[in-house]
Amino acid sequence: MERTIGILALQGAFREHIKAVQAIGWEARKVRLPAELLGLDGLIIPGGESTTIGKLAKMYDLLQPLQQLAHSGFPIWGTCAGLILLADRVTGRASDQPLIGGLDIVVKRNYFGRQVDSFEADLTVPALVDFSPPGEPVSPFHGVFIRAPAVATVGPAVQILARVDMPPTGEGIIIAVRQGALLGTAFHPELTTDRRFHRYFAHMVEELGHPAEAVLRPSAVRAS
Amino acid sequence: MVTTGTFTVKSGLAEMLKGGVIMDVTNAEQAQIAEEAGAVAVMALERVPADIRAQGGVARMSAPEKIIEIMEAVTIPMMAKVRIGHFVEAQILEALGVDYIDESEVLTPADEEHHINKWEFKIPFVCGARNLGEALRRIGEGAAMIRTKGEAGTGNIVEAVRHARAVLGEIRHLQTMAPEEWMTYAKNIGAPYEIVKMTAELGQLPVVNFAAGGVATPADAALMMQLGMDGVFVGSGIFKSGDPARRAKAIVQAVTHYDEPEILAEVSKNLGEAMVGINISDIPEEQLLAQRGW
Repeated sequence: MERTIGILALQGAFREHIKAVQAIGWEARKVRLPAELLGLDGLIIPGGESTTIGKLAKMYDLLQPLQQLAHSGFPIWGTCAGLILLADRVTGRASDQPLIGGLDIVVKRNYFGRQVDSFEADLTVPALVDFSPPGEPVSPFHGVFIRAPAVATVGPAVQILARVDMPPTGEGIIIAVRQGALLGTAFHPELTTDRRFHRYFAHMVEELGHPAEAVLRPSAVRAS
Repeated sequence: MVTTGTFTVKSGLAEMLKGGVIMDVTNAEQAQIAEEAGAVAVMALERVPADIRAQGGVARMSAPEKIIEIMEAVTIPMMAKVRIGHFVEAQILEALGVDYIDESEVLTPADEEHHINKWEFKIPFVCGARNLGEALRRIGEGAAMIRTKGEAGTGNIVEAVRHARAVLGEIRHLQTMAPEEWMTYAKNIGAPYEIVKMTAELGQLPVVNFAAGGVATPADAALMMQLGMDGVFVGSGIFKSGDPARRAKAIVQAVTHYDEPEILAEVSKNLGEAMVGINISDIPEEQLLAQRGW
């Protein structure tokens, strides 16, 4: 059966995710209105401005169906702004922004600072072992962090997939997590040509995916 | 190893702004209205282009205290303008922690022959362009984002359309060329060969390309998106209109749903007075801002 990954296309780097999903041989489709969630098996929330994406989701009645999906085992991957939107709690300024929630974590926006502090770093991600050439050690995943958030605290059900060691202390900051069908990364795999995270998420969809319409109440997505 | 200030993180921030609206603001109150409306970033400046045009005089970088006031008022990225060639204004903005610098023809140029060497900075720059040659020269100097110049402060979209069509049309033309024709084309448009080659191979500019200069209505914004721009800057169009909060929100929605006429019709209703526009032919030639830039 053909499976389709939706990309929330309200604002941000959604085209790069569509290209990446297509590059690994999957169907990708833009989502801007609730009815467009129907027929999807998984969803990616791209990087962008989390406040803008949250406001537009609320304005077009997407917030509630997205919350239903996130709390019912539907696979969703949030990158950067998407990670913020999937967090149960956000600290710092603008902590009243609309959230989808589902990940039992506290996220801090702009954890590393402003744009001048945006950075690139090689990450060790043991979970990518199945998506790397067999018999070779898992090569580092190149992480691009742009005004990036980070995970300040995680609940007991949350699996930590990667940390970044920040100078000068070398303290490992949590920047990739998974809880059931929800995946969150503070960095942007869609801005590199390494497709292992997209394969990892596609594998989650294969294992856990079920059609969005199995979860959504018809009233939540009536053609708007 | 953690590395900062790379071209990837500079152009990467522009990637995150795509499909969004960047709004000109002159104080904290306007910045909050912009953020509340769903702007992806704000652009701090001393006076909006319409006022610069009306009042004349030398237009410079905003005062640092104004920039800090705006920066503290919002959580979205903050941009600010410097005069063309004024690299010390840029150093000051970098020291203040601004997220993006617009080396802008809207301010009075500080150098009438050279632009800033933008490779020297850790924070990214956006620059205006009227055609492909100008866009690629700016990228050659290190710009991580391009915008059309349009004609700022007029509320007239015609120049932004002209510049968007020029850049996109020239890219289409470039794509029809054989590789051996690229060098002569690079010479003719005054652009670096390597970036001409990159653009030919990509079939698009190697950086994000926004519309700017004259956007006054949701329809103007959606027009620029349908033409193929990645997002929209709105300057005087919001805070020189009758109901800025409402118009700002409508333009944000028009950029997201740029190809859905029913939604565009809905968001265009009851916006109050648009800014009063100016016909380009009524502006004396020496007062056209888009001519600044070399």
